[in-house]
Amino acid sequence: MAYVQLKNLEKVYNNTNKVVHGLSLDIKDGEFMVFVGPSGCAKSTTLRMIAGLEEITAGDIIIGDQRVNDLSPSKRQIAMVFQNYALYPHMKVRGNLSFGLRIAGRPKAEIEAAVEKVAAILEIEPLLDRLPKQLSGGQAQRVALGRALIKNPGVFLFDEPLSNLDAKLRASMRVRITDLHRQLKAEGNSPTVVYVTHDQTEAMTMGDRICVMQAGRIMQVATPKELYNAPANLFVAGFIGTPEMNLVEGAMEGGDFVVGSQRLAMGSDLSGRLSSQPADAVLGIRPQQFSLVAQGPALEAKLVHAEFMGHEVYMHADCEGRRLVSVVGAAEFEARGQSDVIRLRPDPKTLHVFDKSDGRNVSLHGGSIAA
Amino acid sequence: MTDISLAKTSARTLDEAAAARRARMHLMSSVIRYALLFAVGFLMLYPLIWLVGASFKTNSEIFSGAGFLPQSPTVEGYVQGWQTSTPYTFGRFFWNSFLIILPKVIGTAISCTMVAYAFARFDFPFKKILFGSVIAVLLLPNVVTRIPQYILFRDLGWLDSFLPLWVPSALAGDAFFVFMLVQFLRSLPTDMEEAARVDGANSLQTLVFIVVPMLGPALVSVCLFQFMWTMNDFLGPLIYISSVDKYPVSLALKLSIDTTEAFEWNRILAMSVLTITPALVVFFVAQRYFIEGISAGGRKG
Repeated sequence: MAYVQLKNLEKVYNNTNKVVHGLSLDIKDGEFMVFVGPSGCAKSTTLRMIAGLEEITAGDIIIGDQRVNDLSPSKRQIAMVFQNYALYPHMKVRGNLSFGLRIAGRPKAEIEAAVEKVAAILEIEPLLDRLPKQLSGGQAQRVALGRALIKNPGVFLFDEPLSNLDAKLRASMRVRITDLHRQLKAEGNSPTVVYVTHDQTEAMTMGDRICVMQAGRIMQVATPKELYNAPANLFVAGFIGTPEMNLVEGAMEGGDFVVGSQRLAMGSDLSGRLSSQPADAVLGIRPQQFSLVAQGPALEAKLVHAEFMGHEVYMHADCEGRRLVSVVGAAEFEARGQSDVIRLRPDPKTLHVFDKSDGRNVSLHGGSIAA
Repeated sequence: MTDISLAKTSARTLDEAAAARRARMHLMSSVIRYALLFAVGFLMLYPLIWLVGASFKTNSEIFSGAGFLPQSPTVEGYVQGWQTSTPYTFGRFFWNSFLIILPKVIGTAISCTMVAYAFARFDFPFKKILFGSVIAVLLLPNVVTRIPQYILFRDLGWLDSFLPLWVPSALAGDAFFVFMLVQFLRSLPTDMEEAARVDGANSLQTLVFIVVPMLGPALVSVCLFQFMWTMNDFLGPLIYISSVDKYPVSLALKLSIDTTEAFEWNRILAMSVLTITPALVVFFVAQRYFIEGISAGGRKG
């Protein structure tokens, strides 16, 4: 029902401390956009600026064709779900859900109907006459969600809504929220969602697109798949994916990557993708993209530690003083023999080369990267 | 076999003996501790107990001993004390006190909440200087402002009325309460207020519907303090009120000492008991909230 546009958004605290550096971002109507980044990257501040709870130092925020810089939160067609639920402690669940409508002076029958409808969607009917302190974390979260839902807003803002829940509940709430979004979309009113999290699993599983942020700047905006397969820079490469991508510092020399005394031939597939050949380079290899080989171009490393995860094994190995993590199948691991020295061959199709000076991925040029 | 079971039995008896000894020690230490507490507590409370007891004594008996049980209990002190030596009964003075306390307590609660909310939640020009001056007022001895205040109220034509006694407080004149509420508000998380703003409430609605209910315990403390201090205030009425028909109870008590040549102590004591009764009743009724309120300053939301 409403797209959100951020134009050169800036936030400066106390005239000196700049935390948001000219963000520009288009969030499409009905899109599920996730802001993700480490703590202190200003993702929550950005969300609060969209909500109108934080003043904007410079730039514009546009929600559904309307510049909302100077509008109060309630006039921005938004609803927000807070990290610690922020339920009104002295009101029953019913009161919490209906507060916004009561303030707006809507007729009693309409409020009743809206409360019933939302309670049915979120399965919280039996809780309507309880106080927030009588609710469990998951129930409180659903009520908080209901309080946003009842307003039928154009934009939903979520500020780390699941971080206070335990792992199991988090997983089920994750599905519930995405399902709800899909359901609303199917019903014809497709609310835009801006969802802040520091948890990349949430980001990857929930978002239509993900905006990775660091220190008040956007690092990359892309679909989960694209972020994983084609990280634009070192930060995104290291942030997305578990275990983390191996980032091996070395140098490019005549089409080969040199790390310590070892030399890894790049192959034509990768060299065709390079937009430049940085002297100081960082090679990015996903742990899953290694295979154990007996011969051929590979990195030689000493196995330090192996974590048995069931169907696969996480191998921690030392390569020229650098830690390499690789994930191989349990059978492949068993078949490697007794030697401590292993040979790891990265899949050239999924290799990334980053320029160490500015962190840019220089291997995205031209050719496509295998998914 | 027998030896082993014997040894077991004796070990068990030893254990039981030790347990019994521990229980006995525990009981004794409890008895001693409670006896001591009761003794000291009784000592502290004795003047109050004596006051209540003596109010039922005859005048001659009051000074005949330190015991608090009256030999021939009489309510004469209450009956005559209530009549007072003025044309008015003591009920009149209670009513006067009430007329001061009611607007003062309500006004304090409302005005201090609004001022504290502003200081705790909003940014406005000169906020730091203004809050600094609130603290400065808090530290200023009351006597310093007595004379300027008196002159001010005289020029306003408020002398011999209740106005000087409650209007300043009803306009958040008591820096202590403002400070107390600011501190309490600072300990409350702002999320609920932000949620209310997103829900469409303006600042006043947020204050009334969200902040005030959360502020409940602190407000009870404010009202209670204000109630008790006003009830006990002697100097204020003494300075500003000159007609006997406007005297609050604190002044009226003194009146019964002044106007009679031979002090009727049983009347004074009886009226003293009546005077402290409302404060005691209110305190015990509100005790739970009161303690919550003054101890909640350090609580995290």
